[in-house]
Amino acid sequence: MARFPTSIVEARHFVLVTLVAVAGSALAAGTAPAAKATETPTPHLGQPAGPDLVARWNLSVYPDGRGLPAGQGTAAQGRPIYQARCAKCHGAEGEGASGGTLVGRGSLTDPDPDQTVGNYWPYATTLFDFIRRAMPMDAPATLSDDEVYAVSAYLLYLNRIVGVEEQLDADSLPRIRMPNRDGFIGVDADVPGAGH
Amino acid sequence: MKTPGQPFSNYGQPSAQQRGVVRWISANHDVPGNGVSWTPLHELEGIVTPSGLHFERHHNGVPQIPIDQHRLLVHGQVKRALTFSMADLARYPLRSQILFIECGGNSNAGWHRLPQQTRAGYLHGLASCSEWAGVPLALLLDEAGADPAASWLVAEGADAAAVQISLPMAKAREDCLLALYQNGERIRPENGYPLRLIVPGWEGVLNIKWLRRLEVAREPVMARNETARYTELQPSGKARMFTFVMQAKSLITWPSPGHRLDGRGVYEIRGLAWSGLGRIRSVDVSTDGGAHWGPAQLQEPVLPMAFTRFRAPWDWSGAPAVLKSRVTDETGAVQPERAALIAERGRHGYFHYNAIVCWQVDEDGEVSHVYR
Repeated sequence: MARFPTSIVEARHFVLVTLVAVAGSALAAGTAPAAKATETPTPHLGQPAGPDLVARWNLSVYPDGRGLPAGQGTAAQGRPIYQARCAKCHGAEGEGASGGTLVGRGSLTDPDPDQTVGNYWPYATTLFDFIRRAMPMDAPATLSDDEVYAVSAYLLYLNRIVGVEEQLDADSLPRIRMPNRDGFIGVDADVPGAGH
Repeated sequence: MKTPGQPFSNYGQPSAQQRGVVRWISANHDVPGNGVSWTPLHELEGIVTPSGLHFERHHNGVPQIPIDQHRLLVHGQVKRALTFSMADLARYPLRSQILFIECGGNSNAGWHRLPQQTRAGYLHGLASCSEWAGVPLALLLDEAGADPAASWLVAEGADAAAVQISLPMAKAREDCLLALYQNGERIRPENGYPLRLIVPGWEGVLNIKWLRRLEVAREPVMARNETARYTELQPSGKARMFTFVMQAKSLITWPSPGHRLDGRGVYEIRGLAWSGLGRIRSVDVSTDGGAHWGPAQLQEPVLPMAFTRFRAPWDWSGAPAVLKSRVTDETGAVQPERAALIAERGRHGYFHYNAIVCWQVDEDGEVSHVYR
């Protein structure tokens, strides 16, 4: 019984100290890193996430190819998939409609340039990542990995970046050097590999 | 009142007479969940946007997410990958801050050759301001044991577009929030229920709604929305990338196109100013197209990375007038004239238009949008 009141006093003291630390970091918000974060007691309720769960959730594909799944496809295989699933919004040859213009190699210094996969997108891996997670918009994430490789290949073929029978997979896709790979200037952060 | 009034209501609604004060929706015909809705800034006062009028930018609709099933995964370059339930997060220390969120594409009509004639909010209302309450992101990064050498964080939403972006870790640790509440209540579905990443002062697309995944990474993922979109093509043929900070902007919300001055006399010019770099230092107002400027009064509170309300009394002679506002933030950044911005950036950047906004008042008191 003797310990009970003591622990309450300690707990109150502890809460008071914590509040001062939080108020201090709030005052500094916007001007300095919230260095107090590590000193703030938290309940530590995170549940361990095993590799299987992480692999199931993780859709990201990086420029070096990390995240690409097994599978493969060619532009020849991608053409009918594109026509069935993509052309309604992006046009029969990727010229754009309600969806963006995907095909074109016009100069970016033209007076009114289209910004396409062929003349603007810096990484081919972004095509796979985006199509797999978000396309087609009326049924996103319903294409198989082979179909995503094939549609990616078809768009690169329409933009004269790969041949019609060239096979794209986890090995070959990240090795494609896109025409506008060096076309970007980092403003509030550096662009990796851009010579900083 | 000689008759009893209406009974109580569980959740109040605006007066039926205010039904015209709504977001203006501009969506893709083929994909109704792809588009934007604009905050009617020209109808609002003060600095806080009502939650139901906060602008929307959805890539493929608003998901309906059961809060008790939603989880946040933190993984990548961490000592331990972790998941958190929304009930877990609600037990963490919370912090709230009044912050604007502005879409990188806000005000993009300013790049057009001719001034678009519409309401102020439908030109500049992809910006709204709320009190966001949530868990400081740094707490969860520490709990997961994020590698100090990993300088990026990839965030992803649970919507049908699974929108993902990359964010520098320094910003994530500095002041980002995992928000559960907006303006005192749980975030509304269209604003990210049950969990939204809040990135103070930075481009709206980084403020991932329906947040489900955070990956600590050594490099940016180079997602579609940080390469093909949300980058700005310049006249040189090169494009600006990672333009995160929303630069200083102001506009006069009253009077503005669609309002009408009722004869000569004293009026209060009212407007909003904000900057992703911090607090507003000053706002100047001109009624003669920029030949002469005078200081507006900044109404307290003047908060970092939040809407600031400014006011300036004006005795209108009844002669045609051209109204402008120009903000300076605490870093000294000054809102540019339109001609200067276009000379620097060209007209194909689409994003990050923050030039001075210009309204013309004619002798009948009608207000229109002009370039001067």
